[in-house]
Amino acid sequence: MSAPRGSSSARRRRSTSARAAPYGFLAPTAVLFVLFFALPIGYALYLSVRKVEIRGLGLGPDGRAEVWAGLDNYRRALTDSELLDGALRVLGYGAIVVPVMMGLALFFALLLDDERVRGRRFGRLAIFLPYAVPGVIAALLWGFLYLPSVSPLTDALEAVGLPAPDLLQGASLYGALANIAIWGGTGFNMIVIYTALRAIPAEVHEAARLDGCTPFQTALRIKIPMVLPSLVLTFFFSIIATLQVFNEPTTLRPLTNNLSTTWSPLMKVYQDAFTGGDIHAAAATAVVIALVTLTLSFGFLRLATARNRREENAR
Amino acid sequence: MSAPTTSANTANTANAANATADARRPRRIALLPTAALLLGAVYCLLPVAWVAIAATKAGNELFSTFTFAPGGGLLDNVSDLNGYRDGIYWRWMANSALYAGIGALLSCAVSALGGYALALYRFPGRETIFNVLLAGVLMPPVILAVPQYLLLAEVHLTDSHAAVLLPVLLSPFGIYLARIYTAAAVPQDVVEAARMDGTGEWRIFRAIALPMMLPGLVTVFLFQFVAIWNNFLLPYIMLSDDEKFPITLGLFTLLNQGSTTPALYTLVITGALLAVLPLILLFLVIQRFWSLDLLSGAVKS
Repeated sequence: MSAPRGSSSARRRRSTSARAAPYGFLAPTAVLFVLFFALPIGYALYLSVRKVEIRGLGLGPDGRAEVWAGLDNYRRALTDSELLDGALRVLGYGAIVVPVMMGLALFFALLLDDERVRGRRFGRLAIFLPYAVPGVIAALLWGFLYLPSVSPLTDALEAVGLPAPDLLQGASLYGALANIAIWGGTGFNMIVIYTALRAIPAEVHEAARLDGCTPFQTALRIKIPMVLPSLVLTFFFSIIATLQVFNEPTTLRPLTNNLSTTWSPLMKVYQDAFTGGDIHAAAATAVVIALVTLTLSFGFLRLATARNRREENAR
Repeated sequence: MSAPTTSANTANTANAANATADARRPRRIALLPTAALLLGAVYCLLPVAWVAIAATKAGNELFSTFTFAPGGGLLDNVSDLNGYRDGIYWRWMANSALYAGIGALLSCAVSALGGYALALYRFPGRETIFNVLLAGVLMPPVILAVPQYLLLAEVHLTDSHAAVLLPVLLSPFGIYLARIYTAAAVPQDVVEAARMDGTGEWRIFRAIALPMMLPGLVTVFLFQFVAIWNNFLLPYIMLSDDEKFPITLGLFTLLNQGSTTPALYTLVITGALLAVLPLILLFLVIQRFWSLDLLSGAVKS
């Protein structure tokens, strides 16, 4: 009776390989994670608690030495008025981008889901199209459209005898920058919400119609609550993207004198690291930004899952 | 995409009756919402329409003629762009295609392996690994990019194609998508049955799971392709030799030089048009293959 024994040892071999297999499949992920995530994060933490000390006149091989700095860099980062101003600017920018983009995305998704609206296929493609345009190119295109000598807005206002505003100055600069993000992001969020809307079972719509709901009531009372998880997700992505704004203000800089090199916190990090040559300050600032992002993200995720759980329990 | 087909059988008869009733009376068109949707479409097409028109203007017409009045200089502009520094523009386009094509393909492969392992195996550390990866999504690129630059500089890899390719190969978001899709598309029983038949783990993945995962992987590939094509911060930090620039960085430097040499603006605009057109065409062709249900949590298991 060797067959059963053979098969049982084969099974044992199989189960060992089955136990080892997931680690094998995850090996490339693990290697890349260690090399390009864990190591850089560790290195950034290390750099953030070091500083360059100048000895004597700072000349010769012993003139500059890297020494332990403790929380010095963090203290400097948190009291740096440039960084705080940048954070406030991004807050103001985000206060425009997030609600307007989310509102438009939801609005257009509901229109796409409404049978009585014509041109839905065209509208869907056109509004999603900016997703295919890189942020740098989007900023470049809008940047030219903002220039008073090119802007159609200037032409239109002058035609009726009104003074044209300089879109790249003062408060309108926030609107100008927000517009680029809204233009680029609305379509993507719209598609996510629209896909969720399409997944609502037909009988739900049917029941609402039989109960005499108007399309507006159906949208407000049935559709929006049912796609809430998608709204939460897109909201979350929008906030993260806002905190990390870099490409658009950097691209617009050549077209206006009103954007400093430290307009957003991320630009400040780049400035410190590569122009100012202070990698220790840059590392500390980057760690602070990461901590703020993580705290906000996890707090938000916790809120969202707590809400889901409450709803699950209520059902 | 799935809404009409998922309707329960009980509702089908009622739907059919309604459908014939709807067909008999002319469908009402909601004018105001239709107008709103078209207005949104116009807003989104406006900059694209502008760049198409502006690329036809000669340098002196750019700031003097009406915004949407076409000029007659398109061919001159294109040949100027071709001639600019021995056609470095096309070099940038080729670099972008290389970074995005190879980068997306490799990162899609890594995501497929990782997502498959996380979806179909129960093993110690599974949730920890997944959570650590997810935290990676939330990591601002700059906290990674600056130390990545310094570390790559240690091994003399900065200012190389590898410096732009290697850091994008691991995509936590791609693994997340691959995991959700695999959990929904590859039945555990099928894998179990193959294992009973004595099929090796790698062969099960290659021959059985991979074909089932393919539609989801197309989505992962496209996401990565667009993300890498649009990437700016990483090449901006890593590269100094403009022969290795992707198109985003190339156009940015051209725009930067334009603020002192306005003649370059025409090149920037023509370059932007030629960079956007293939992407839009590609996008129109492939947008039907996207399974965005993945994102909205609408995947049915």
